[in-house]
Amino acid sequence: MAVDQAPPAGQPADVHAAQLAGLDALELGGSTSSGLATRVWGRVWPMLLAIAIVLAIWQAIVWSGRWPEYVFAGPAETFGKLGERLSDPEYWQAIGVTMRRAVTGFAISVLVGLVIGALVSRIKVLRAAFGSLITGLQTMPSIAWFPLAILLFGLTESAITFVVILGAAPSIANGLITGVDYTPPILLRASHVLGFRRLQLYRHVILPASLPSFLAGLKQGWAFAWRSLMAGELVVIIAHQASLGERLYYDRELADSAGLLGTMIVILVIGIGIDLLFETGDNALRRRWGLQQVRN
Amino acid sequence: MTAPLTERAARRTGGAEPAVRLDGVSKIYGQGKNGLLALDNISLAVEPGEFVSLLGASGCGKSTLLSLVAGLDRPTAGTLDTGGRKIAMMFQEPALFPWLTVAANVEMALRVQGVGKKERRERATEFLEIVHLGGFGGKRPHELSGGMRQRVSLARALAQEADVLLMDEPFGALDAMTRDLLHDELERIWQKRGLSVLFVTHNVREAVRLGDRVVLLSSRPGKVAEDFPVDIDRPRITDSPEVAELASTITDRLRKEVLRHGR
Ligand SMILES: Nc1ncnc2c1ncn2[C@@H]1O[C@H](COP(=O)(O)OP(=O)(O)O)[C@@H](O)[C@H]1O
Ligand SMILES: [Mg+2]
Repeated sequence: MAVDQAPPAGQPADVHAAQLAGLDALELGGSTSSGLATRVWGRVWPMLLAIAIVLAIWQAIVWSGRWPEYVFAGPAETFGKLGERLSDPEYWQAIGVTMRRAVTGFAISVLVGLVIGALVSRIKVLRAAFGSLITGLQTMPSIAWFPLAILLFGLTESAITFVVILGAAPSIANGLITGVDYTPPILLRASHVLGFRRLQLYRHVILPASLPSFLAGLKQGWAFAWRSLMAGELVVIIAHQASLGERLYYDRELADSAGLLGTMIVILVIGIGIDLLFETGDNALRRRWGLQQVRN
Repeated sequence: MTAPLTERAARRTGGAEPAVRLDGVSKIYGQGKNGLLALDNISLAVEPGEFVSLLGASGCGKSTLLSLVAGLDRPTAGTLDTGGRKIAMMFQEPALFPWLTVAANVEMALRVQGVGKKERRERATEFLEIVHLGGFGGKRPHELSGGMRQRVSLARALAQEADVLLMDEPFGALDAMTRDLLHDELERIWQKRGLSVLFVTHNVREAVRLGDRVVLLSSRPGKVAEDFPVDIDRPRITDSPEVAELASTITDRLRKEVLRHGR
């Protein structure tokens, strides 16, 4: 039994140190992590498989003849058209306008969400008044805001940004509030004993502790922002300013099926790409915090 | 078998005020009929530099008592006096901040006192060396074993430079060999720093191994059942006959306490 090997008390400290070091080394063991290439491939091949399946179904529907080809273009035609457009600087400008709107709208949402989240999580009265309202806002379909937005701001970019913020900020605020609420009590107790109070407690303990939940809120907020933005660009057509949503609108007007599907693919790819960025950030954080075993 | 308590304490401290004193402290959780009397009229003193083991079955209110002393909660009745001393506490879990490195965790104790960055770093390293983790400052808590984390937690508590150290079953989750080593370490640190320690455990031998006194709490409600002085020369060995003998006496007493509840 381990107890029998217990060292006689009062041994010189360096013997203790050596024994502790020995135990430490035993307990830590070695860790193996697979290479980057293997991990990337592990993530990529299921995606490739999914894309292949979708393309096959798409082609099958086209071949079934349910719709004439000028209404529902096949993959080959769509990608051909998309390639053409991607070599046109004007199309890139449209993408640029949409991305600029997305980034500014999301950035403002983060600021608004942070301020609201911080206030609501800190101040009891605000919590009682606005806590459920914020959750309620999330269930509001963003398209329903547009009539009001257009009344308030006219057919301008401000109307779009307004709705993007209303879509994204509640999720971001909620992420922060949830994170604050679920700060592990043991950490709060430990911090209290260490002497952290009020603002210092908030800054050094509660805020960092709520980071994972805040990040989840950001990710969800991005999804809402992107959806609201696309709805907005379809509804609020601003003259002389091409954007992805505006492209969709005119492709439908002109019955350009291949162009429409191509733009939809661009929108999907951008959405997925940014979502992947958030997921990478989330995984990195989890690994640093030891919240999950590293996948191998 | 030994000199009376007060006399022993006076010998050690030169008659100073106790570091921690509880006078008729009670704690009721909840209100009215549903209230749970967790602690009932506890009177207890820890002299400066004294190591007191607090022993009791699980659920008897040991953690509650430490929370009160640490100021995490208020007693329902009675008075609690720590003479304005600084109090550090170690929990059963390491309670480390997962977003910080090991060194930064220790630094948190200094940060709150407004110690500058450079000095913080140096002193954190010193305290990590005291618990023999000098080379691990850059690691994250989750990269360490349970025993190592608990030592980081101890380093962080020491870094508070408190006069009183409260420990709530700090080694409960560790294997016997690691625990034995940590007992020796703790004893060394306690003696060197002249800390007053209130050490909670449900392990009788651990209580005897470490304490100047073993205070036995009864269960439901928690009351001081008996106060055993431990007159065994230090350094002690957990498996020595002296420790085993006193431990079995206390175990018998503890068994009686538990049996009282069976009826
Ligand atoms: N926050 C709380 N609210 C209500 N009851 C509690 C709370 N904390 C502890 N208790 C109860 O008080 C009693 C003593 O608990 P505790 O101090 O944790 O015991 P120990 O640490 O000795 O195991 C238990 O019956 C427990 O259920
Ligand atoms: Mg307990």
